[in-house]
Amino acid sequence: MNALVPLPVLLPILGAGATLALGRHPHVQRWLSLAVLGGVVVIAAVLLVQADQHGPQTVWIGAWPERLGIVLVADRLAALMLLVSALVTLAVLAYSVGQGMTEDEEGAPLSVYHPTFLVLVAGVANAFLAGDLFNLFVSFEMLLFASYVLLTLGGTATRIRAGTIYVLVNLLSSTLFLISLAVTYAATGTLTLADLAVRLDELPDHVSLMIQLLLLTTFAIKAAIFPLSFWLPDSYPTAPAPVTAVFAGLLTKVGVYAILRMQTLLFPDSPLTDMLLWAALLTMIIGILGAVAQSDIKRMLSFTLVSHIGYLVLGIALGSQSGTAGTTFYVVHHITIQTALFLVLGLVERRAGSTALMRIGGLARLAPLLAVLFFIPAMNLAGIPPFSGFIGKVGLFQAAQADGRALAWALVAGGALTSLLTLYAVAKTWAVAFWRTPLEAHEALEAIGSTDDPDGEPVPGHDTRAVHEHRGHVHTAGGVVSRADIEEARRLGDDDMPERDFYTLIEAGEDSRHSPRGMLAPAAGLVTMSVLLSVVAGPLYALCDRAAADLHDRGPYLSSVLTGEDR
Amino acid sequence: MTDVNLTLVVVSASLLGSGVYLVLERSLSRVLVGLVMIGNGVSLGFLVAGGRAGSAPIVGEDADSAGISDPLPQAMVLTAIVITLATTAFVLAMAYRSWQLYGHDDVQDDVEDATVRRLATIDVTSEAYAATTSDFPGDDSSGDPGQGPDDDPHGKDPHGKDPLGRDPRTGDPAESDPLRADAAETRGADS
Repeated sequence: MNALVPLPVLLPILGAGATLALGRHPHVQRWLSLAVLGGVVVIAAVLLVQADQHGPQTVWIGAWPERLGIVLVADRLAALMLLVSALVTLAVLAYSVGQGMTEDEEGAPLSVYHPTFLVLVAGVANAFLAGDLFNLFVSFEMLLFASYVLLTLGGTATRIRAGTIYVLVNLLSSTLFLISLAVTYAATGTLTLADLAVRLDELPDHVSLMIQLLLLTTFAIKAAIFPLSFWLPDSYPTAPAPVTAVFAGLLTKVGVYAILRMQTLLFPDSPLTDMLLWAALLTMIIGILGAVAQSDIKRMLSFTLVSHIGYLVLGIALGSQSGTAGTTFYVVHHITIQTALFLVLGLVERRAGSTALMRIGGLARLAPLLAVLFFIPAMNLAGIPPFSGFIGKVGLFQAAQADGRALAWALVAGGALTSLLTLYAVAKTWAVAFWRTPLEAHEALEAIGSTDDPDGEPVPGHDTRAVHEHRGHVHTAGGVVSRADIEEARRLGDDDMPERDFYTLIEAGEDSRHSPRGMLAPAAGLVTMSVLLSVVAGPLYALCDRAAADLHDRGPYLSSVLTGEDR
Repeated sequence: MTDVNLTLVVVSASLLGSGVYLVLERSLSRVLVGLVMIGNGVSLGFLVAGGRAGSAPIVGEDADSAGISDPLPQAMVLTAIVITLATTAFVLAMAYRSWQLYGHDDVQDDVEDATVRRLATIDVTSEAYAATTSDFPGDDSSGDPGQGPDDDPHGKDPHGKDPLGRDPRTGDPAESDPLRADAAETRGADS
């Protein structure tokens, strides 16, 4: 019994209610939600220390006899995830407060953002702590519902379009989850994970395999594992920057966490290694090929997000302690940098007016701080040493190599290739968005524009013939932009994509030169945290290794839940 | 877990089947009805999972606790029903908003996917345009002239809508287009 365990869920829920009631006092609302998340960070850190030193911390809610109630368990893995997610959500919330999005967001209901965000945080925390499947389902619903609201905030045309797909896909996966719960309950008579771990062993193999596959499919949709990943790149980029950041950082990882927990605790004897390895390989390769093809930075990052889920699945698929440790470390790394990248991208969008590659340029000179803030996590994502992405990948590759089967080696090759292609994708972004001048970007756009618009004056004194088209791509001195993308952006011209490119904005003096400190500081903080991950990589990896050992041993978790010995 | 109520199973299965059929429709309101049916089917499935029906599961009501039905699935079904209710409300709101914005509530294609598909078509036409003048799958020149900028760069497409041989999008004579001339040169240089 540890009274701290429910607090990461309770505090945000209570905070959500309070902020909803305080909707008319935005200042109080902001400080309250920041304080709540700050509190969650502290509690999560304490829980992590306790779980690391004394074993899993458990709480039975409701004091029911005979283990009928809801159990919350904070073991090393859960506490670690809790701490990282709390840090990340705190940064995102600070960022959105800095952005003032709760007030600036056109047409959005003003007071809704903070309560919804807190419900999302509570849902994520509950998913990490859930000790039974039904509670896991409820926490998924909590975070999904909050995400529906956040994704369609303001109800603009693009968000409704993208939100429809997102909502429907997730509703289907929730339904699938319910079906698997019904099946599991019919077969075992319990949904408590610890009881299931014992009773599933007694089931015939085919029944437990069916339950496993049902749960796996459910979580694979949430985690965006190929071939269940197509909803993600379409829906995430349309949301406001901080929302995309927190979605990209946390929501898919909750699915990965659920798979990890289920595979190690419930089905240790049926790792399904081959199937999962194939899924990991395809997720990596197809995701990154999608990223290479994109020319909007947000979409590019969404595809790399899908692609890098493949690494996480690789570690799970191996079913070994080293694989699990690698996945755990990689999750921590990936949550941090993916969120950091999207936050920085929000700043880029604010500075340059767009994230479509052909509209922007010259950011390296015009906004050097942003350039640095983008460059570090981008290289980290690509796995360049000494960043944590490199360490995580090496850990996973070592685990795959220890496994030794041919498919695992193929995964090592595929992982290295994915890493290279990630580098290519971010380097392309870097070259186009940060190195070429805004004028070059403008010329490229203008040259294409002149084919469309006879009145469009070519820029005098510049040889627009240097811009030429080949195989559907527009080549300029500064880079290559896909032709269709230019057409698309001009045709759409909706509220998310302003008509004017960066150069025009600069000419008109309407670019926002000032990045508010309230936005810069959280983004910079997350980037710093991602760099610090390499500094503390040794102890952190050791912690991940201990967490993985716990997971594969199962003993500490089971004894702590079933017998109530928690220290 | 020996007796299974066959009626429940059949009703649940048919609800699920009809629901899946409706979810595959384009219109969001039909999808919503489908989701509600699936939700109800799953709730019935939970009742099946709970085993045979018994007396009300109230402590102290029945001295013989063996005769009461399993309360846990019922609690779960209640939760699921509440969640389905909220979901229904949300999807309805979204369908209404979609109707406000577009005049219909159809689930729409991913814009960016369409771009990528068009890009692939452009790739093919620029490489092999001389060799073929037929439509490619996904080539939308015959369907939607406003969206296929490069379907038909020289206006020679036999299925094209514009008899004047002009770029269907802008109405400019394609031959006077410097960029396209440039592109043609590039292709010539390559081959």
